[in-house]
Amino acid sequence: MLWVNVLQQLVNGLQIGSIYALLALGYTMVYGIVKLINFAHGDVYMVGAFIGFFLAPRLGNSLLLTMAASMLGCALLGALIERAAYKPLRTAPRIAALTTAIGVSLFLENFVRLVIGPNPLPFPKLVPMVTYKLGGVYVSNIHIMVFAVSIALAVSLQYVVMKTRTGKAMRAVSYDKDTARLMGINVDNIISVTFVIGSALAAAGGVLVGLAYIVIQPYMGIVPGLKAFVAAVLGGIGSIPGAVVGGLLMGVSETLVAGFLSSTYRDAVAFAILILVLLVRPEGLLGRSTGEKV
Amino acid sequence: MLSGCSSKPAAKAPLKVGVVAPMTGPVATFGVSYANGAKLAANELNAKGGIKGRQIQLVVEDDKIDPTEGVNAVQKLLNQDKVLAIIGPVGSAVALAVAPICQAAGVPMITGTATTDKLSDSGDFIFRACFKDSFQGLVMAKFASENLKAKKAAVLYDLGNDYSKGLAESFRDAFQAAGGQVVAFETYGKDDVDFLAQLTTIKAAAPDVVFLPDYYNKVGPIAAQARQLGITVPLLGGDGWDSPDLVTLAGQAVEGCFFSNHYSADLENPEATAFLANFKKAFGKDPDALAALAYDSANILFAAMAGAASPDDKAAVRDVMAKTSGFRAVTGVITFDANGDPVKSAVVITIENQLQKFVTSVAP
Repeated sequence: MLWVNVLQQLVNGLQIGSIYALLALGYTMVYGIVKLINFAHGDVYMVGAFIGFFLAPRLGNSLLLTMAASMLGCALLGALIERAAYKPLRTAPRIAALTTAIGVSLFLENFVRLVIGPNPLPFPKLVPMVTYKLGGVYVSNIHIMVFAVSIALAVSLQYVVMKTRTGKAMRAVSYDKDTARLMGINVDNIISVTFVIGSALAAAGGVLVGLAYIVIQPYMGIVPGLKAFVAAVLGGIGSIPGAVVGGLLMGVSETLVAGFLSSTYRDAVAFAILILVLLVRPEGLLGRSTGEKV
Repeated sequence: MLSGCSSKPAAKAPLKVGVVAPMTGPVATFGVSYANGAKLAANELNAKGGIKGRQIQLVVEDDKIDPTEGVNAVQKLLNQDKVLAIIGPVGSAVALAVAPICQAAGVPMITGTATTDKLSDSGDFIFRACFKDSFQGLVMAKFASENLKAKKAAVLYDLGNDYSKGLAESFRDAFQAAGGQVVAFETYGKDDVDFLAQLTTIKAAAPDVVFLPDYYNKVGPIAAQARQLGITVPLLGGDGWDSPDLVTLAGQAVEGCFFSNHYSADLENPEATAFLANFKKAFGKDPDALAALAYDSANILFAAMAGAASPDDKAAVRDVMAKTSGFRAVTGVITFDANGDPVKSAVVITIENQLQKFVTSVAP
C-alpha cells in the first residue's frame, strides 16, 4: 500500500516537475549566453497561458494549434523584451540588467492584469481528461502529455544546441562572445534566438499548466518562475540536461515532502534546496566547475 | 453606486453607507452578487422615500478578498466618504482585519457573510447576518454522518485562510463528536495550484467523504484533481462554494456533491419569494446566498437607522441595531444575541446536472 502511494506521488511530482523543467530550460539557456537571470521568464510563461486561453476557441480548441500559436506569440514577446530591455544594457554592470528583468516582470504582470482583468480565468478544456489505472497508480492522459511534451521539447532543444549550426553558434557565444564575433557569428541574432527559444518553451509550459491546473491568473508565473530558477541552479545553470534533471527533481521532492512530511513545507523545499546547492555544490548537479578562465 | 438624486431641498442630504466586497480578484462573483443585493435593498427603500425623506447613497469599495485591501477600502470609506455604516466585508479574513477599525471609529459594521467564529469578539459595533462556522461545520458533519452514513472523513483546507481553517476545525470536531473518524487533515497554501500530493495522501486513507471548506475558486481545481486521481467519494463544502463559477471550473467533478449555504431559491417564505422576483427583475439573473445576505444586512441596517432618533447618530443606530429581534429577513428570522450574531438555519445544497438543488434545511 505504501509503495503505491510513493509511486503515485512520484507521478504527481513528475507532472509539476516537467513544468519546472520547461521553465528551467529558458533560464539556463539565457544565463548560459548572456549571464543574466531573466526574472521575467515566469511571466512570459503566464502570457503564454493567456495567449492560449484567448486563441484556443478561435483555433477550434485544438491543442496542437493552441500550443503552436502560444509558442509563436511568446517567441515574439521574448525577442521584443530582449531588444527593448536587455540589449541596451549589455555592457552595463550586471546588476542593471537584473533589476531591469525584475522591472519587465512587474510590467508584464500588471499589464496583463490591467488589460485582461485580475480575475482568474478557467482555461479551456482542450483535451478531455481520461484517467488510467496502472497497478494502484492513477495516471491521467494530461499527466502523460505534460511529461511527454516537456521531454520532447527538451530533447529537441539539446539536438538544436548540439547538432545544428545555430546551436554551435550559441555554444560559441556562451564561451566567448567577442571571439565568436571575430569568427563571423552575428552575436546579436544568436542572443535573440536564445530568448526566442526560451520564451517559446515557457509558453508551452503555460499552455500545459492551463490544461493540468485549470485556472490561470496574472500572477501565476511568480512562484513557478522562482522554483524553476532554483531548478536550473540545482541542475547546473547553463546545462540543458541539468535543467531537466533539476526541474524533475524539484517537482518530485516538493511533492514527496508535501505528501509524506507536511504540506505546509511544500514551497520551503524549493528554497531549502537552493541554499543546500549553493553551500555544497554551487555549480549544480550537472554543471561544470568553472575554475579560473585564462 | 446609487446616487441620491431627489427634488428635496439640500438640507435633506443623502445618507452615505459603505459597501465593502471583493468586486474583482479570485472570488469576484461573491462581490458582484453582494453589491447587487445591497443595491436592491437601497433602491427599494429609496423608492419608498428613504429614511425620514433622505435617500440612501451606497459607496461601494473593492477589497479583492485581501485583508490589506480591505483595510484600505474601509479607511477610505470612513475618512473620505464619511459613511455612517458599513455593509460587509464578505470574506472572514477581511472582516477580522477591518472590524477593529470600525469599532474604534464607532461606525456600525454588519457583514452578511463573514462566518468565522472569531468575529464575535470584535466589539459591540460589529454585527453579522449569517450563521457561524462552528454551526456550519456541525451541519455538514451531521449531514455526512447521518445522511451519507460516512464513518471516515478527510479534510483539505487552506492554512492561511481564517474561514477555511475555522470551518475545517469545526467540521473535524463535530464529525468526531458524532462518532466519525477524521482520517486525513491536510493543508495547502494560498497560492498553490497543485493539490495532487495532498489528495494522494487523502486517497490512501480511504475516506467516505472529503470536506473542502474553501472558496469556489480553489474548490474547483481541487475537485477536478481529486477526480483525476480516482477519488470518487462525495465532496462536501461550505458556503464558499456558492458561485456559478464552481461548475465552470470543476465541471462534472462536483456533480452529486453537497455544501451548506445560507439561502436557496427553493426556500418558501414570503420575504424570499418577493426577493427572488425583485432581484430577477432588477438584475436579470437568479440571486445567490451572497445577494440574499447582503440584502438582509442592508435592510437590518436601514431598519436600525430608521428606528434611531437620528440616522446620522452612529451610536444610536448601533443601539437600535443591537436590539434587532424577530426581523423577518429573506434568509431567516434575525434576532441578535449579545455578540451581534443571529441564530439561523442552514440549507444543504447538492449539485445536480450542474445546477444547485436544495436538499434539506437544518435548524440549530
